[in-house]
Amino acid sequence: MAEKKPLIKELTKGIIKENPVLCLVLGTCPTLAVTTGVSSALGMGVAATAVLVCSNAVISALRKVIPNKVRIPAYITIIAAFVTIVQMIVKAYAPSLNDALGVYLPLIVVNCIILGRAEMFASKNKVLPSALDGLGMGIGFTAALFLMGSIREILGAGSWFGLPIPVISSSPILIFILPPGGFFVFGMLMAAANKINSKPVKKTEEIGCAACPMRGSCGKLAEGEECAK
Amino acid sequence: MSLTQLVGIFLAAILTENYILCKFFGICPFLGVSKKLDTALGMSAAVTFVMVLATAVTWPIYTFILVPKELDYLQTLVFILVIAGLVQLVEIVLKKYMPPLYNALGIYLPLITTNCAVLGVTMLVLDKGVENPSFGYIASLVNALGAGIGFLVAMVMFAGVRERLESCDIPKSLQGLPITLVSASLVACSFLGFNGIVDKLLQ
Repeated sequence: MAEKKPLIKELTKGIIKENPVLCLVLGTCPTLAVTTGVSSALGMGVAATAVLVCSNAVISALRKVIPNKVRIPAYITIIAAFVTIVQMIVKAYAPSLNDALGVYLPLIVVNCIILGRAEMFASKNKVLPSALDGLGMGIGFTAALFLMGSIREILGAGSWFGLPIPVISSSPILIFILPPGGFFVFGMLMAAANKINSKPVKKTEEIGCAACPMRGSCGKLAEGEECAK
Repeated sequence: MSLTQLVGIFLAAILTENYILCKFFGICPFLGVSKKLDTALGMSAAVTFVMVLATAVTWPIYTFILVPKELDYLQTLVFILVIAGLVQLVEIVLKKYMPPLYNALGIYLPLITTNCAVLGVTMLVLDKGVENPSFGYIASLVNALGAGIGFLVAMVMFAGVRERLESCDIPKSLQGLPITLVSASLVACSFLGFNGIVDKLLQ
């Protein structure tokens, strides 16, 4: 029993406390791009979760074999292999989802969440906790996408999972499924998450920076302004 | 493919298909680097450069090696490795022969590998080629250049917006990223206005 508790923690932390999208601010590109409808958002979440669990497990199993210097290319190769597998499965069994996600499906490969978890967690932990961490993060990602997809589809298209909603469907607010609506809903959700967590905003931004594999390009760390603390 | 069509592709890539504001590629650097004008410029220059180069390399690889050998399912894997290798190569070459440019692009170069805009453009031009067979190599390169310039335009515009945000009094839970996203939404609104303009222009 003593062993089990932390394992469950690995699973649950990704869902609320360290939600990859709303708290760690990772994987923003697919979050904004595929949430025009609930079903594509959900599909994206499930696909990314599958890749995340598999790549976390494999990377953690190989963590002692992969030389430290070439670890990032090795991680990317492993992730790309799983993305390709997921892509083929989706193409074969859910062609409509493949059309809806389009180029964003192969782009899971450069999703910060996956590389971020590989670098931060899987490279330091055993296989089982890593897989659970991947699953938890994936569920958190899916939940955030689902929430955004619901808001945008209900307000922007007046439907939910394609089913029309009585009052709104007669005059939907089209802007919500257009790009500006994506930015707006994401901003508002993040503000709500800040309010709920009632942590100072700067702190969440710090975590986001330190976790993001893009942190060097994002300039904040390089400039040493906010995140150097 | 005529010159008018190429100009059309170029303008469409900048305005109506803007990679950041309409297609949501490269949001991480967009939110991260757009705080200051010079870093925004440096990053977008590096992205444009790598985008054109990556398209120039991946297009022939896909068309002449992967497709004839029926290996097109390896697209993702091959492209990301090619881009990673290319970025490394560019870094080495620039360091040796063009130190000023290397110093200017500096830290941005290695991290472009994980920028989804670069991988996205190399894949999207191939999709376009499938839909429209006349969309060949030259058109793909023009599209990649336009995408890079569009990236630059969005970054520079947004850097201006963010500089003004600095001095604003913003509610506590909106500070930081949330307000940045809301202002990005307004900038994206302005890009919606370009919808259809390119098609009309060239008719």
